[in-house]
Amino acid sequence: MKMIARYATLPTLALAADAWNANRGRLLLSVVGVALGVALGVAVHLINGSAVGEFNAAARQLSGDADLSIRGPLGGFDESIYPRIAAMPEVDVASPAIELDLRIPGKRAVHLLAVDPFQALRIQPRLFGDRMMDMQRFLDPDAILLSRAAADGLGASAGERITVQAGTTSFTMTIVAVLAVDASSQRIAYADIATAQWRLGRLGSIDRIDLRLAPGADRRAVSARIASMLPPGVHVSGVDAEAQDAVAMTRAYRINLDMLALVALFTGSFLVFATQALTILQRRAEIAVLRVLGVTRGGIVRILVAESALVGAIGAALGIAIGSGLAWVALTRFGGDLGAGYFSGVAIPLRWDPWVVALYFALGIGASVAGCLLPARNAAAEPPAPALKAADVTETMASRRPAWPGLALLIIAGPLSMIPAVDDLPLGGYAAVAAVLSGALWLVPFVSERLLAWLPGVRNAVALVAIQQLRGVNNQLGISIAAIVVSFSLMAAMLIMIGSFRGSLERWLDDILPADVYMRAGGAGQSGFIDPVALEQIAALPSVDQWSAVRVREIRVAADQLPLTVLARDMNRALPAAIRGVERNAPPSNLPPAWITEAAADLHGWKPGSVIELPLGNARVSFAVAGIWRDYTRQNGAVLIDRARYLEATGDVRVNDVWIWLRSGKSPATLTAEVDAAFGGAGLVDIRDAATIRRFSLTMFDRTFAVTYVLEGVAVIIGLFGISVGFSSQVLARRGEFGVLRYIGVTRGQIAMLLAIEGLIAGIVGIVYGLVTGGAISVLLVHVINRQSFHWSMDMHVPVGALLALSAVLVVAATVTAVASGRQAMTGQPIAAVKDDW
Amino acid sequence: MLIVRGLSKAYGAADRQQVIRNLDFDLAPGDYVAIMGESGIGKSTLLNLVAGLDVPDAGTIAIGGTEVSSLDDRGRTLFRRRDIGFVFQAFHLLPRLSIAQNIGLPLSLLGVPACEAATRVGAMLERLRLSDRADDLPRTLSSGQMQRIAIGRALIHRPRLVLADEPTGNLDPDNAALVLDLLRDEIKASNAAAMLVTHSHAAAATAQRTLIFTSSGLSPQ
Repeated sequence: MKMIARYATLPTLALAADAWNANRGRLLLSVVGVALGVALGVAVHLINGSAVGEFNAAARQLSGDADLSIRGPLGGFDESIYPRIAAMPEVDVASPAIELDLRIPGKRAVHLLAVDPFQALRIQPRLFGDRMMDMQRFLDPDAILLSRAAADGLGASAGERITVQAGTTSFTMTIVAVLAVDASSQRIAYADIATAQWRLGRLGSIDRIDLRLAPGADRRAVSARIASMLPPGVHVSGVDAEAQDAVAMTRAYRINLDMLALVALFTGSFLVFATQALTILQRRAEIAVLRVLGVTRGGIVRILVAESALVGAIGAALGIAIGSGLAWVALTRFGGDLGAGYFSGVAIPLRWDPWVVALYFALGIGASVAGCLLPARNAAAEPPAPALKAADVTETMASRRPAWPGLALLIIAGPLSMIPAVDDLPLGGYAAVAAVLSGALWLVPFVSERLLAWLPGVRNAVALVAIQQLRGVNNQLGISIAAIVVSFSLMAAMLIMIGSFRGSLERWLDDILPADVYMRAGGAGQSGFIDPVALEQIAALPSVDQWSAVRVREIRVAADQLPLTVLARDMNRALPAAIRGVERNAPPSNLPPAWITEAAADLHGWKPGSVIELPLGNARVSFAVAGIWRDYTRQNGAVLIDRARYLEATGDVRVNDVWIWLRSGKSPATLTAEVDAAFGGAGLVDIRDAATIRRFSLTMFDRTFAVTYVLEGVAVIIGLFGISVGFSSQVLARRGEFGVLRYIGVTRGQIAMLLAIEGLIAGIVGIVYGLVTGGAISVLLVHVINRQSFHWSMDMHVPVGALLALSAVLVVAATVTAVASGRQAMTGQPIAAVKDDW
Repeated sequence: MLIVRGLSKAYGAADRQQVIRNLDFDLAPGDYVAIMGESGIGKSTLLNLVAGLDVPDAGTIAIGGTEVSSLDDRGRTLFRRRDIGFVFQAFHLLPRLSIAQNIGLPLSLLGVPACEAATRVGAMLERLRLSDRADDLPRTLSSGQMQRIAIGRALIHRPRLVLADEPTGNLDPDNAALVLDLLRDEIKASNAAAMLVTHSHAAAATAQRTLIFTSSGLSPQ
C-alpha cells in the first residue's frame, strides 16, 4: 500500500500541474497573496532591525567603551554634578556632553554633540574617525565639525561658515573639518562643550555624562551610588538605554505593521484555500481513482499539502525579495521609521537579518499549508465511488459542520477585548479581532442561509433556479460569500477606523487650537527658544492682542520609562475645552493642578485625583491630576501645568511656543512681518495660523493613511478573486445542471443572467454580513487596539457615503465577476456537460 | 414530423472519423422508435444533431416544418425549449428545485401563466403518482421516482419530439419496466414522436419499432 502511495505521488503531481496550469491566474494571485504578506513582514522587520541596529551602532560610536551614561531631561541638568561624579575613585573617565538639534535657518536641523574632546576621546578614540586634526582649531569659540552626511545635507564644506540659531538670534560657526564617510553615517555635528554652552545659552547645564569605570569597579554598585547622588529626573543607565528607548518608541508602530503583515498572510492563506478548493474539485475524479488504487486518505492530504507548501515557498521567496527591496527603498527614501519621526536625522543602511528572513519564509509556507488543509481534508474524506461518477458536487456547507464553534468564537471576542494591554501590547484586542473574523467566516453558511431564506418566491424560471441554488448555500457559494465577507469586513473596519480617527482629529484640532496664531522658536531639545526679552518684544507687537506662552520640556519620571513631555502654559487664557472639560472628573485638591494626556494616564497609571510628582529643577514637585485630555501628538504622554508653577520650581524663564490672539483687523501676515522686523530676518521663528496647522495636520494624516487605499484595493481584489474562484467552482460543480438547462432551452444569455443574479445576491449578502463583521472589528480597532497601542481614544465616525459607494462598487464587481467566471457555462457545449449519460 | 435528409457528421481535425454518412430518416407524429447499435457507432451523435445540440457537416434536419440545422445557436435553443423533451440516463434533475418546480421548469421557461402551469404540473404529478412529494427535493427520491420526474419534465410542455437516451440505464429491472411503461404511455397521450436510444432489448420492445444503427445507416430490426 505504501508503495502505491509513493508511486502515486508522481502522476498526481502531473495532474496537479494540469490543474494548476488551468488556473494560472489564480495560482499567480495565491503566490502574490502569500508574497505580499511575507514582503510586508520582512520589510517591517528589516527596516526596524536596520534602524535599531544603526541606532545601537550610532550610540556605541558616540559612547565608545563607556560603561554607564547619566542622562537627564531634554534641555539639560545642572553641571555641578559633573565634578562630583568625575572625582569618584570608581570612575576612570567622565565625559560630559550637550546634545541638541541645532536649528539652521532655512535648512534641516543637524544633531549636535558638544563634548570635552580630551575626555570624549579617552572613551571613544575613534569619535572623529581616523581624522587627525589640530585640536586647537576644534576648541576655537566658533568651531564646528560636520559628518559627511551633515555636510552634504547642508551643502557645506570645510572652511565655510554656517549660520546657526540660538534662541531667537543667530550666529555663524566655522566648519573646521568634515569627517570621512566611515567616521559616522549620521547627520551629526561636533563642537566643543564650552562653545556650545556659551553660544547656545546653555551655561551651567549639560545633557549627559558618559562614564568609563575604573578597572575592577562593580558596575552595579557604582551605578547605585551614582543614582543616590543625582537630582530628581536625572538617571544613570547603560549606554544602550537610548537605543532601547528608540526600540520602545517604535514598538506599537512596529507591532501594528506586523499585524498588518499577518492579515496579509491570512488573506494569502485564504487565496490558497479558494484556489485549492477549485483545483481539487477539478481533480475530483483523479483523486477518487488514486483512492480506489489504494492511496490512503493521509496520502491524499500529504500530496495536496505538499503542493500548497510549494506554492507557499514560491510566494515566500518572492515575498522575501520584494520585502528586502521595499525595506531598502523605504530606508533610503523615508528613513528607519517610515517617516513616523522616531529616528529623524539617522541615515540607515539595510541590515539583512537571516533569522527574520527564515521566519517569514516558514510563515509563508505555513500560511499556504493552512489554507490548503480544509479542502485537502475534504478531498481525502470524500468516498471515492460517488466521486468517480459525473454527478454534480454542490454539497450544502451548513449541513457539514456545527454552528457552535463560530458562535463560541464570537462570544469569546467580548471577554478578549476587555483584557488590558499586556506589556503595552493589545494582545487581547488582536485575539478578539481574530476571533470575530474567524467566527464570522465559520458562520458564513448559517448566516447566508438565514439571509437567503428571506428571498421572495419568483415565477421566472431563471430567477427561480438562481434563488433556489442560493438558498442551498453550497461550498462554492460559501467560498464566494466568505471572500466578500473577508474583504469587505476588512475594508469596512479600516474605513470606519480611519473615519473615526480623522473625525476625532478634526474635532480635536478645532478645539485644541483656540488662538489665532502659534509661534515657535524651537521644540524641546532644539537650539531655538524664546527668552523673556524676546517674549516682551512679541507681546509689544502691534498685532498682538493677548498671548499665552508655553514651555515644552521632556522629563523622565523614572529611568525605565520613556520621556514625558511637560507643557508649562500661562493660565491667563482659559484652557481649551478639550482639556478643561474634564476638570470635573477630579476631586478637589490643595495641590496645583496638572492635566495629563491619555497616554500619560495609561503609561504611568495616573487618574483624576492622583497626586503625581514631576522632577522639575532640582526637586520633585507634586501636582494633583485635574483631568485627562486627548492628545494625538505625543505618544509617550504629556502633562500640562501652570507655567507660573513651573517657573517657581525651575527658574527656567525660556519658552518654546507663544499662542497669540490678534487684534481686530490684524492678520497672521502682518504679525509675521512685525516678527521678522523685530528679530532681524525670517526663519528664526515659525509662525502658523490655526487654519494652516489644521490643514497641515489633516494633510499629514491623509498622507499617512494613503497606503490604506492600496490595502482597500487589495481587499477588493481578494473579494473578487474569491467570487471568481467560487463561481468558477460553481460552474464546474454544476456543469451537469447548466448542461441540462441548455438542453431544455435555456439560452446562454439566460445562464449569464442566472449567474448574475447569483453573483448579485451573493454580493449583497456578503456585503451586509461583511459590514456587520467589519463594524464589530472597527469597534475593536478604535476602542481597544488603537487605545492600547497608541494610548489615544477616538469617537466612532462611520463614513456612510464611502461605505455605500464601496458596497455598490463591490456588488457590481461581484455580479460582473460571477458572470465572467461562469463564461465556461455559457460557451461550453452542453453535450460535454452531460456526456457521460448521452 | 421529423425529416432527416443526407445527414453526415465527422469528428477530428486531421484524421477525420466519419460517424454518420448520408443518413435519411423520418418520424411521424406519435411514432415511438427505439434505436439500437453497438457503442460508438453514432447513436448519441444522431440524437445531438436532431436536438440541435450539434450541427451537421451536411444534410438537413426538419422538425414540424422547421429546419433545425439552419438555425443559429439561440434559435436552436428556443426550438429545444418549445419542441423537444429530454430524458437522460442520470435523470439530471436540478437538485435545489422541488419536484414540482423541476417538472414545471419548461412551462416557466415558456412563460406559461402560473395558474395554468400549476394545473398542468398537478395533473402530471397525479399521472406520475407523486402528488404527495411535490415539495420534496430530488435527493429524497428513489432512482425510479427521479426518472419518473424526469419524464414528467420532458413531456409537461407537450413537445413535438421526445429524445431519451438509456432512460433505464441506472434502474433495476422492476423500476425500468415501470419507467418504460410510463414513458410509452405519456408519449402516446401527448401524440409526440419519440426516439429511444438503448442497448436493452426489453426497453426497445416497448417502442413501436426498433431500428438498428450500423455504419451503413439505420435499418429495421
